[in-house]
Amino acid sequence: MLSHFKLNINGKVREVEVDPTTPILWVLRDHLDLVGTKYGCGIAQCGACTVHLNGVAVRSCQLPISAVGSEKITTIEGLSEEGDHPVQKAWLEHDVPQCGYCQAGQIMTASALLNQNTNPSDSDIDSAMHGNICRCGTYTRIKAAIKTAANSQDLN
Amino acid sequence: MKVAKIKIGRRSFIKSSTLASGGMVLGFNWLMSCDMTPSQVKALPKEWFKINGFLKIGDNGLVTIMSPNPEIGQNVKTSMPMLVAEELDTDWNDVIVEQAPLNTTLFKRQLAGGSQSIRQGWNSLRMAGATARAMLIEAAAKTWNVAASEITTSEGQLIHTLSGKQAGFGEMASLAATLEVPSEVKLKDVTDFKIIGSSRKNVDGSKIVTGKPLFGLDYKSENMLIAMIVHPPAFGMKLKSIDDSKAKSMPGIERVFTIKTHESGYSLGAFDNDAFNEIAVLVGRSTWEVMQAKKELIAEWEMAEAKVEELNFFGRNITVETPAGLESTADHKRILEKMSIKKAKVVRKDGNPEAAFKKAVTIIERSYTCPFLAHNTMEPMNFYADVTEEKATLVGPIQTPEIMEQSVSKRLGMPVENIDIQMTRMGGGFGRRLYGHFLTEAAVISKEMKQPIKLVYSREDDMTQGTYRPSYHAYYKAGLDENKNLIAFQVRAGGIPESPLAANRFPAGAVENYVAEEWSQVSNITVGAFRAPRSNFIAGAEQAFLDEVAEAAGKDPIDFRLELLTKAESKPIGTNNDYVASRYAGVLKLVKEKAAWSTNKNPDVFRGTAAYFCHNSYVANVLDMIMVKGKPVVQKVYCAIDCGIVVNPDAATNLAEGGLVDGIGHAMYSAMTFKDGVPEQNNFDTYRLIRHGEAPKEIEVHFVENKIDPTGLGEPPFPPVMGALANALYRATGVRQYNQPFITDKPLAG
Repeated sequence: MLSHFKLNINGKVREVEVDPTTPILWVLRDHLDLVGTKYGCGIAQCGACTVHLNGVAVRSCQLPISAVGSEKITTIEGLSEEGDHPVQKAWLEHDVPQCGYCQAGQIMTASALLNQNTNPSDSDIDSAMHGNICRCGTYTRIKAAIKTAANSQDLN
Repeated sequence: MKVAKIKIGRRSFIKSSTLASGGMVLGFNWLMSCDMTPSQVKALPKEWFKINGFLKIGDNGLVTIMSPNPEIGQNVKTSMPMLVAEELDTDWNDVIVEQAPLNTTLFKRQLAGGSQSIRQGWNSLRMAGATARAMLIEAAAKTWNVAASEITTSEGQLIHTLSGKQAGFGEMASLAATLEVPSEVKLKDVTDFKIIGSSRKNVDGSKIVTGKPLFGLDYKSENMLIAMIVHPPAFGMKLKSIDDSKAKSMPGIERVFTIKTHESGYSLGAFDNDAFNEIAVLVGRSTWEVMQAKKELIAEWEMAEAKVEELNFFGRNITVETPAGLESTADHKRILEKMSIKKAKVVRKDGNPEAAFKKAVTIIERSYTCPFLAHNTMEPMNFYADVTEEKATLVGPIQTPEIMEQSVSKRLGMPVENIDIQMTRMGGGFGRRLYGHFLTEAAVISKEMKQPIKLVYSREDDMTQGTYRPSYHAYYKAGLDENKNLIAFQVRAGGIPESPLAANRFPAGAVENYVAEEWSQVSNITVGAFRAPRSNFIAGAEQAFLDEVAEAAGKDPIDFRLELLTKAESKPIGTNNDYVASRYAGVLKLVKEKAAWSTNKNPDVFRGTAAYFCHNSYVANVLDMIMVKGKPVVQKVYCAIDCGIVVNPDAATNLAEGGLVDGIGHAMYSAMTFKDGVPEQNNFDTYRLIRHGEAPKEIEVHFVENKIDPTGLGEPPFPPVMGALANALYRATGVRQYNQPFITDKPLAG
């Protein structure tokens, strides 16, 4: 049964009428035209759907809208206003993407990691990024880009 | 400069009314609605002048280059326009790239497959730029009343040094667009390249990192509904009936019905193969609602009959045999073993292998296997279709648009002219999106619904649908004489349902007595091209075997290969050897040098090497492994590549790095197995793909520098690293690996 929800997404209040079990992934993609967050597996195994919930990386495919309330959701579209978050800039500097499909999820996990740990070691990166699959195999570039972002002056 | 006759269809370079500027820009497409970040572009011109099918020039000198081929992550959307821009002699910062529409009149081979885009586009793309440049020069010559031969160009400027006149391309574009297309053009010498050979960033990079709609799954239109499918749960089964009473009453569901992707009597095209012809379809207003209704659909399945179909593969008729029954991986293993010890079809024979093996002092025999693999592109299969009585608009990720256009035309009974296929960026291809049954399904569903729909496969639908990499077996036998020379070599390779044999590849040509045999066994589990088809197994098997032969011969594994390649070059055996021995040796020598193979003897680092030639490019690896708490860790991979001229070095390096990670991952961890026809893996909790911490800590890619026309890189770096991995694992653990995946739930022996 449809219910009315008010969400806080990328700093804006967004209202939708959906079934309460609907995962945030599909709310974003089907109802709010925010398609940067990707569907990859639907069971929290690939990380393509990663968003921030109060700054922490979560898999939006497993996050029903009824559980979110007014907590802050950030998607790839809202990570920065001009696409210039240090992680996005580092991704461009290292020209990380191949097909590009998983990269929004990779960037959201990486930026959440840097929120917690501004100087992650290789093993910190490996464990934080473990849940994000890149089928094209850009892992070494992702790691290099995370280190570049960590060293960037702009990172608060 | 060399003069090149325009032979690749002058029509491609002639202005065409079918491509008026409005149609080219795909203005109605919402994927393009977020196009062009302002920082990239000075300002859009007031007017565009179409010079030919590949490019148009704005009155302010901006150039729009159409990228003809599908983009699957191999970066052709950047590298193909680079070829045009080079010969046009424009400033790369003034270039806007657009995905070209499917247009078989204007463009040749709009297909992503076989690592062929750059190789086969090399001349036509450069000519497109060169003809435009010649027309701009001609326009300037007329305007200034000087000889065209006195005008030079540089980064978007036309220059007449004698008179001091200078103009931007934009100023001459309107006149140039009206001129005759020249019948021949001059192409730059390799040494004059400014754009080719210098690294340029992915033209879609900023859209990717900001989450702009780019992919098929991101596409939407007004009134669009979501369609999902239910296919049989097992290979060897088919749909009997559905009970949709509950599913169709679920919230948001419009209709539930069944479709046949192909009607009976339909003659299959090259990429129409499909495991499940009849499927159930649920259509509704949102993906989540359709997913919920899908769970409530009750379907009854029955055993499928055996069938034999004809498939038209580019004019060649191929018989596809599908047996009945429910197959299991355990049966497949028995079949591989049984078939591998039988005599098989001899494909190539040099000298007298039987006599040579009798004479040999040392005989080495080994067998290698690999499982089926699912492509698992991160973006599951999907397609948008809007089919009306008059026309069909299809938008989405497809590697073979020009071929699927024919299939859809045939299936809908609609002329090709009324079918518009638009290519989106693809969330991975790896061969899976050559097989466009999902596009046909989308068209059939939209026709039935009389409404635009987007067909979405769930990950489970995608992974259990078939089109897998086949399961292969390779048996090798080598004979050494008393001086440890390799005097006889046998390979007998087969698989379910095809053989991976490449009979004319190395070491064919380097061994006097050589025999190659192949066999195959039919199956109802469907297969398709998977990144570097056949090579993706046989390379690793062969390179692991050669490592054992080198060891038995008491030789360094790189030197052993180089000795054989020297023989193949100076005194080749046979006539059909399909590699250039000196280029093969070249990558081995380069990787040997870069990895300091002869001098780096760290006892804690275990090194494996391999080299292979496929899809027209040469790749050699040295893989360094260390043991951490008893577990093998890939520390570093050195990779040397000869793919001729490297168009976009950093992007080429990225593609090679990805191929290496992919090769290590699949050989180490991945498998698709079956029990009574049912896939035992259906998502990433059961199907293992390589993850961050398992990737090499470091990768170093080196390219052989030469002036040879470029060949592709999507596939060649993928296969050989599996051999280098197996060989490094042996040195690290003392145990040879014969069966992929090397790591299963059991700990690695050693």
